Amino acid sequence: MKIFYYPGCTLKTQARNFECSAMEVMKLLGYELVELNRWNCCGTVYSLASDDLIHKVAPIRNLVRVKEQGGDKVVTLCAMCYNTLKQANVFFNSDQEARDKINSFMDTEIDYEGDVEVLHLLTVLRDEVGFDNISKKVVRKLNHIKVAPYYGCLLLRPSTVAIDDAENPSIMEELLHALGVETIDFPYRNECCGTYNTVSAVDLVIDRTYRIVGLARNLGADVIVTSCPLCQFNLEVRQKDVKERFPEFEQLPVIYFTQLMGVALGVPTERLGFELNHIKPKVLMEL
Amino acid sequence: MEPRIGVFVCHCGINIASTVDVKRVVEAIKGYPGVVHAEDYVYMCSDPGQELIRSRIKEKKLNGVVVAACSPTLHEATFRNTVSQVGLNPYRCEIANIREHCSWIHTDRDKATEKAIKIVKSIVEKVKLNDELLPISIPITKRALVIGGGIAGIQAALDIANAGYEVILVEKNPSIGGHMAQLSETFPTLDCAQCILTPKMVEVGQHPNIKLYNYAEVEDLSGYVGNFKVKIRLKASYVDWSKCVGCGVCMEKCPTKVPSEFEMGLTTRKAIYVPFPQAVPNKPVIDRENCLYFKTGKCRICEKVCTFGAIKFDEQDEFVEEEVGAIIVATGYELYPIEKIGEYGGGKYKDVINGLQFERLLSASGPTGGGVQRPSDRKVPKRVAFVSCVGSRDPELHKPYCSKVCCMYLTKHAMLYKHRVPDGEPIVFYIDIRSDGKGYEEFVQRAQEEEHVTYIRGKVSKIYEDNGELVLLAVDTLTGEPLEVRVDMVVLGMAIVPSPAVYELAKKLKIQIDANGFLTEAHPKLRPVETLTPGIFLAGCAHAPKDIPDTVAQASAAASKVLEMFSQKELQHDPMVATVDEDRCSGCGVCVTLCPYGAREIEVKDGKRVAKVNEAKCEGCGSCIAGCPAGACQQRNLKDEQLVNMVKAVLE
Repeated sequence: MKIFYYPGCTLKTQARNFECSAMEVMKLLGYELVELNRWNCCGTVYSLASDDLIHKVAPIRNLVRVKEQGGDKVVTLCAMCYNTLKQANVFFNSDQEARDKINSFMDTEIDYEGDVEVLHLLTVLRDEVGFDNISKKVVRKLNHIKVAPYYGCLLLRPSTVAIDDAENPSIMEELLHALGVETIDFPYRNECCGTYNTVSAVDLVIDRTYRIVGLARNLGADVIVTSCPLCQFNLEVRQKDVKERFPEFEQLPVIYFTQLMGVALGVPTERLGFELNHIKPKVLMEL
Repeated sequence: MEPRIGVFVCHCGINIASTVDVKRVVEAIKGYPGVVHAEDYVYMCSDPGQELIRSRIKEKKLNGVVVAACSPTLHEATFRNTVSQVGLNPYRCEIANIREHCSWIHTDRDKATEKAIKIVKSIVEKVKLNDELLPISIPITKRALVIGGGIAGIQAALDIANAGYEVILVEKNPSIGGHMAQLSETFPTLDCAQCILTPKMVEVGQHPNIKLYNYAEVEDLSGYVGNFKVKIRLKASYVDWSKCVGCGVCMEKCPTKVPSEFEMGLTTRKAIYVPFPQAVPNKPVIDRENCLYFKTGKCRICEKVCTFGAIKFDEQDEFVEEEVGAIIVATGYELYPIEKIGEYGGGKYKDVINGLQFERLLSASGPTGGGVQRPSDRKVPKRVAFVSCVGSRDPELHKPYCSKVCCMYLTKHAMLYKHRVPDGEPIVFYIDIRSDGKGYEEFVQRAQEEEHVTYIRGKVSKIYEDNGELVLLAVDTLTGEPLEVRVDMVVLGMAIVPSPAVYELAKKLKIQIDANGFLTEAHPKLRPVETLTPGIFLAGCAHAPKDIPDTVAQASAAASKVLEMFSQKELQHDPMVATVDEDRCSGCGVCVTLCPYGAREIEVKDGKRVAKVNEAKCEGCGSCIAGCPAGACQQRNLKDEQLVNMVKAVLE
């Protein structure tokens, strides 16, 4: 089965390991992620500015591309892309005047009707593939590790686009349990990673990373699993800076959930892009 | 009768006059056909205002009155009483609502004035054809039903019973006492709740005028004010209370332990149990769900050890019918479930407890004998956080309202904790402290200044367990600092929600509930203990969150409303009810199905089916009149002819 897939910028650069592992896993499950033609930037934080219509054009144009190519839904991997595309869609459907303006601004495209469904891969795995079916395909036992699921904010807030309960999410735990993996009860799983402060206020992010990763380790986790390239960057790459400031700090690998799925489902480790992970998840690579 | 109508336009201070030009209304209506007098006054409902109406009726020989003022639900009765004092039939007086229907909802003075004039004209048309009516008399059964045996129901039942009338008290649990029986000490005086409540419970149990149905529920209600018939389900207790002497051997020997509801799950009870030692009546019931015999067919130990032969495994639910004239609903509250608060662990952490659980930990009769120990490991907690507004004042996710008592009981908790654990450190997190009762602010100040309770203004954003401690992430909004506080135990001031069974009960009683599930009063200011259904009153937390003093006051108020009713020989019912033109009626029965009050029935008269109206039950809603295909139904003083004239006056 084919599903249109919107990559976004990071999946083609920093987070190629997220993309390649997702492709491998979905292929194993009988799905093909078809990359959208002529996709553009999702709009990132700019499209979330409520008073500026022009910034909504970027995410909406991506949804127009889906229609142009004959689709009615699109799946994203990056939590930020999911959030911006979906929020733009919700906004588009709630404001007739803005909708007309955006449509008349995009004069070379077909008029958009607000009818493309924006999905995140996690909900596709749950609702279309089914966690039970995934469970049946598990070939590697991973009962020797404990995993800390980390949601960040973009999958859970605001409530109009949330894929789960913002305060007590469980979708990632359910997936991990289907893979036969033990999870820790991780209270910081929906805390903020510091986001773009990683550019201008690095100290703040170092502090967040120290706390979040430190607690995961204290609670017995061997690896942190996430779905957001920005969270992954802050929680993983910034560990080097944490270590400089707090010499006693012990590092912990931070990987994408698709990489862990790949290991469990038997994808050869070299195809899961671990070379892009700065801290190697040795517990997964030496099976 | 040649109409001689007087129109009296009220300013209602500035409530009407600021939006409606009352002088213009008076001028406009002066020449209207049938109107012989019109004038305005600043407060028509005041004594001089009423006197003005009375003297004009006499002077101008008025035979109809229109008062243009507020909603008829507020002062229709007032003005009808006024006109009847000078001999005018009260039903020749009508209210033109130019406040709620006009001045309050408009801003354009010109248009509002035009609309007010139209409203007045249409009511003048109505009065022209109003008949002189007499109220309908209904006999009263002078016996009251009180539903719920918490402090509200207890107080109401005792007040009515002490005035010499019979009371039927229905309580769903095995014992009366409600949540108050679970409390340790009460704010702001720190009296022991048991000491002030249990004597009242005993009084109820022994009162010659109170018939107590404990472990019972209202199954069905029929009838109407003064003449209700209530069907009560007596739940099978599997114990013959007439034989049981309350020795307690059965409870001692029963092998099955289940979490105790009374102790909020902090300890266990047996499957045959009395909820607490001071229960009234002090007789056990068997919990069928958990009883080993009912589950597996084996055991019957209680039967073997009972020397009085009181165990009856074959008992069934029974039903009794009682006739009552008035009902007080006092079904109380529950706490909003901790499971709904994901950010505080959603019930995952044993040492995050609710206020009632902490009451049991403080109570001398509780599972720890009043020593504060945390549930997980029975250690004495050295630091305890008390969090207010959990689930309350949160319109986005939970309940929009203030639960009213949490600020005070958390203050009390912190203080009592400090008394039990002198080196302990209580920390209260609050949004703002609401201490508006008598002696309440002084109580909070005492906690802060003399008892060394730390107060932090800010909400807790997350609670989690780490290394046997609980970590609270919060913010101090006075300093703007984010906080991370480690404590041994957390007490949550959960929102108060109505008892879940009230929804079904409200449907049976045909009374209204609001968006939050609380019972709705007839008027928020002037009829706070009545429902819109005549003869049904309310008291306590079933109506809204409130503390014990307010609950007791409201219960006594509801009781006094019942006594006011019972002090009359018979009840008067509004005569604006449906009537039937029997020549036109084909007996089709549409009215019977439409009537929400059960006031319509079909009768065979001289071999012909005709519809009848039970005038005592009819509330004049008009459903049958709109539905009657033959136009045989008419409503008194709201006849078709009147309606047509009223509409014409508006459209003119």
